[in-house]
Amino acid sequence: MTKQVQQLDRVIIRFAGDSGDGMQLTGDRFTAETAEFGNDLSTLPNFPAEIRAPAGTLPGVSSFQLHFADHDILTPGDAPNVLVAMNPAALKANLADVPRGADIIANTDEFTKRNLTKVGYSGNPLEDGSLGEWRVHAVPLTTMTVKALEGFDISKKDAERAKNMFALGLLSWLYHRPTEATLKFLEAKFAKKPDIAKANIAAFNAGWNFGETTESFSVSYEIKPARLAPGTYRNISGNMALAYGLIAAAELAELPLFLGSYPITPASDILHELSKHKRFGIRTFQAEDEIAGVGAALGAAFGGALGVTTTSGPGVALKAETVGLAVTTELPLIVVDVQRAGPSTGMPTKTEQTDLLMAMYGRNGESPVPVVAPMSPSDCFHAAIEAARIAVKYRTPVMLLSDGYLANGSEPWRLPEVAELPDLRVAFATEANGEDGTFLPFKRDVETLARPWAVPGTKGLEHRIGGIEKADGTGNISYDPNNHDLMVRLRQAKIDGIAQDIPPLEVDDEGGDARVLVLGWGSTYGPIAAAVRRVRKAGGKVAQAHLRHLNPLPANTGEVLRSYDKVLLPEINLGQLALLLRARFLVDVISYNRVRGLPFKAEELAGVIQDVISSE
Amino acid sequence: MSEIVSEGRGLSLVPRAEGKQTLKDFKSDQEVRWCPGCGDYAILAAVQGFLPELGLKRENIVFVSGIGCSSRFPYYLNTYGFHSIHGRAPAIATGLAASRPDLSVWVVTGDGDALSIGGNHLIHALRRNVNLNILLFNNRIYGLTKGQYSPTSEVGKITKSTPMGSLDRPFNPISLAIGAEATFVARTLDSDRKHLQGVLREAVAHQGTSLVEIYQNCNIFNDNAFEPLKDPGIRDDITVKLEHGKPIVFGANGEKAVRLTRTGGVEVVPTDSVPAEEILVHDTHATDPSLAFALSRLDEPAFEHVPIGIFRHIQRSSYDELMSDQLDNAIAKNGRGTLHDLLNSGDTWRIN
Ligand code: SF4
Repeated sequence: MTKQVQQLDRVIIRFAGDSGDGMQLTGDRFTAETAEFGNDLSTLPNFPAEIRAPAGTLPGVSSFQLHFADHDILTPGDAPNVLVAMNPAALKANLADVPRGADIIANTDEFTKRNLTKVGYSGNPLEDGSLGEWRVHAVPLTTMTVKALEGFDISKKDAERAKNMFALGLLSWLYHRPTEATLKFLEAKFAKKPDIAKANIAAFNAGWNFGETTESFSVSYEIKPARLAPGTYRNISGNMALAYGLIAAAELAELPLFLGSYPITPASDILHELSKHKRFGIRTFQAEDEIAGVGAALGAAFGGALGVTTTSGPGVALKAETVGLAVTTELPLIVVDVQRAGPSTGMPTKTEQTDLLMAMYGRNGESPVPVVAPMSPSDCFHAAIEAARIAVKYRTPVMLLSDGYLANGSEPWRLPEVAELPDLRVAFATEANGEDGTFLPFKRDVETLARPWAVPGTKGLEHRIGGIEKADGTGNISYDPNNHDLMVRLRQAKIDGIAQDIPPLEVDDEGGDARVLVLGWGSTYGPIAAAVRRVRKAGGKVAQAHLRHLNPLPANTGEVLRSYDKVLLPEINLGQLALLLRARFLVDVISYNRVRGLPFKAEELAGVIQDVISSE
Repeated sequence: MSEIVSEGRGLSLVPRAEGKQTLKDFKSDQEVRWCPGCGDYAILAAVQGFLPELGLKRENIVFVSGIGCSSRFPYYLNTYGFHSIHGRAPAIATGLAASRPDLSVWVVTGDGDALSIGGNHLIHALRRNVNLNILLFNNRIYGLTKGQYSPTSEVGKITKSTPMGSLDRPFNPISLAIGAEATFVARTLDSDRKHLQGVLREAVAHQGTSLVEIYQNCNIFNDNAFEPLKDPGIRDDITVKLEHGKPIVFGANGEKAVRLTRTGGVEVVPTDSVPAEEILVHDTHATDPSLAFALSRLDEPAFEHVPIGIFRHIQRSSYDELMSDQLDNAIAKNGRGTLHDLLNSGDTWRIN
C-alpha cells in the first residue's frame, strides 16, 4: 500500500500517560530525533510531583508536549495536533486542550471498564461516539507490543513496559523521524540488560512497521528542517543550560565553583548536573538544609570561590538571612531560584513567576539585590554568566530567577564560541589600601562602589567582617547613626549604579508606529513573542520589550514605558512587576495575570493584546 | 600528654610562619567589649597565647562565629574573621574549609548558638568531619539577649522567660557530639589555661572536626555555674581528668575510680574497693564510641563527677580531603575539563 505524504509547516504532539508509562523518556527521544532532523522545536514536560501517583488516576497523568516546525518557533505550542493517550486518565486529563479535528492515538488495551470507571467515564469514549469530532486511532498498543516481543526472553511485565517504544516507533514513522540515534540510545541505556535493549528496539521497530501497514493511518507527514542560523546546535533544557552557564562563569572568572545546595523540585537537576563535572574543579556540597547550602556557598565566596546556591521559592525563604549577610558583608554570591507554584509547598512541578517581590525585598533591612531573569531555556546559560558577572564585579549576591517552565522545557541551542563569551576576571586585593599601610576592607572602588575582595591567605590584609553595621572604610563595628545612614545609601547606590553597566531596554517595534507596548520578563518571552507575531500577522500594531534585568532596571526603562499610550504586562503572578513599575515610574501599566501553574498560550495573549489595541 | 593517632593531611597544607610569633601578633586593635569578669577573657587570652605555638601564617587562620557573646571572639584576633549569623557558623565554615585546605578554620560558638538555633549545622558538621576546630563556649545561659535559659540550662532554671522554672531537659554537648559521629570530642574549663591549651593542641592537630566544649562563666546572668569545678575545697573530688592510656582515678588522693558496670555503663567506686585491673583505662582512640558516651554520662546528676579532657579522638578522613581527592581523581582520569568540549558534548548537529 502506498501512503500519501503530506507537507506541514509545524506540528504539536502531546504524549500523555501514567507517570509509570515512560512518557518523559518517550518525549525526550522524539525531541532528540526531531532536533537531529533539523526542525526548530520547543518542549513542555508536565508531570506530577509524586514519583508514582496511583496508577491510572487523573493526578498520576504525566505528559510531554513537543512543538516542531520548519521555521523558528517560540513556544511549546498551545493546542496539540496529536494526542497520544496511553490510558483513559490521559485522555480525560488532556482532551480539553485538544482541538476538534485533531488526531488522538489511544491505547485501547487500557480502556477497560475498571480503568474507565476509575476516572469517571461511564462508557468507553473510544466507542460511544463522544469523540466523533476528533480523528481517533484506536490502537491496542500493549497487546501489539507483547505480541511483537513473543520470542524474547523477558517477563510479560517487561514486554508490556516497552509499549512506549512501540508508540515512539509509530510516531517516528508518522513524522518521518530519523531513528538511528534512538536505537543507539536504547542499546546504551540497557547496556547491562541486552535482552531488554533488544526488546525495546523490537518494540520500536514494530511500532514503525505498524504505521506503514495499518489502514488506521493513511497519511504520514513531512516537516522540512528549519532554516536556523548556521552553527553547531544541541537541544538543551533550562536547568542544564543554567548549570553550563555556571561552569562557564567560573571558567571565565578563573574562580573555583562552589555549589552549596539542598535537593528541591524543580532545581535539583542543576545540583545533579554540576556534580558530574568534577573535572572542572567544581565542588558540590549537598548540605543538611537550605540555610547550610547558602551558608557554605557564602563561606566559600569569602575564601575566593564563585559561591552558588540553587533552590526554589521555599528554599529562598529559608536563605533570606544569609543573603542579607552577603549584602552587608558585600561578598559575591549567586542565588538561583527556579520558581514554582506557591505559596508554601504549592505545586512543586508547576511553573510561576511569583517570587519576584521576594527576590527584590524578601529580607530584613534595606538590602538591595540585583535580579536577573532568563527568557528561554537556552538563555539560562547566558543569564547565569550575567548573574556571575554582576556578583563578582560588584561583590554582591545576585538573584537569578528561572522557573519550572524554563527548567524542564527545552529548545535547540546554537552553541556559542568560547571566545565570544565575556571576560569575568576580577582581581583580589593584594595590598593595603589605606594611608599608613592599613587595610580598609570597606574602602570602595570609585566607579563601581565595590569593596576589595581580600581573601584569607593574603598577608597583611587580615580583617574581620560580619553582620553588624560597619564603619565606612575601616569596616569596624559601628553604631553611629550617620554612618548607618551613609552605609545604607552606599549599598543602595552600588546596586543602582549597575544600571549603567547593563544594556538599555530594547524595543521591537516593526513599523515604529505602534501605540501599545507589551512588556514581559523571564519565561513569558516565548508566548508573548508568539502572540505579537500573530497580532502583527492579523494587521495589528504592537511593540514588544522584554526585561532581563529586574534590578536594577535598564536606565531607559521609564522613557520606554512613557513613550507608549498603553503598556500591557502579562505575568504569571498577580502583577508583581507591574507594582514595581507603577511605583517607580507612575505609569498606568495594564496587567494580565494567570496563575495556573502553566505558561501562557500564544493565542490567549494575542487576544489580550488585540483587546488592548482595540480599546485605544 | 597522650600519644596522637596517625593523622591525615591535618594542617600540613597550611603554610607556616617564617619568624617567631608572639601573643601580641594575634591581638587585634579592637577594644574587647565583654562584661568585666566574663570567662570569655580568659579563653581569649588562652587562645591568643596558644596560636603562636602553632606557627602558622596568621593570614591563613580564620575564625568564624555565629551570634552571641562568644561570637564576638573573631573581632579580637588579628586573623581573618567572619562574624556571621545565629547558629550558622559551622555551615559557613564548612564552605570555607572545604574549598580552602590551606586554611586553619575555627568556629567559635555558644550553647544557644550551637545547640539551639544551630543544632542542625553542628551535628552535620560533626558527622561530616570537615577540618574545623569548634570551640563551644558553654555558659548554660543566653547572655547577649540578657538572661533567658539555654539548651544546656538545668531543669527548673528560673530566668526572665521561665519565671516558674524551665521545663525542658538540657543537652549534654559531649553526649550529643559523640552521638553525632564526632571524631574528636573534649571538654575543658575557661579558668584552667594549661588544660585548655593542652586540649587545643590536640584538637588542632586532629584531622577533621574537633569539638571542644569550654565551660565558661557568665558572671552577669549565670555566675558561678561551674563553681564546684573551681572551688579548691571540692574540685579535686569531682573533677575526673581523662588522660589517654591511663586508669581513670580521681579525688585529692586518687581515692575514687571509674569502672564498667554490668549494664555497659560506668560508675564511680572507691579505688581501694576494686582490683586494679577492674579500673577503666581511658582509650580515646577506641573506634566504638560506647565507652566515651558512658563517660560523658558521668556528670549525671550534675556536678557529682565531671569528666574533663579528651573523650574521643579517632582517625577518619576529613570531608574536605575526600572532596579534594574526588576532584583530583576526576582530573587525573579524564583530564581537566574544557568549556568548548563541555558545550559540544551530547547530541549536536550542524547547520551550514
Ligand atoms: S553577658 Fe555573660 S557571657 Fe556575655 S559578656 Fe557578659 S558575662 Fe560574658
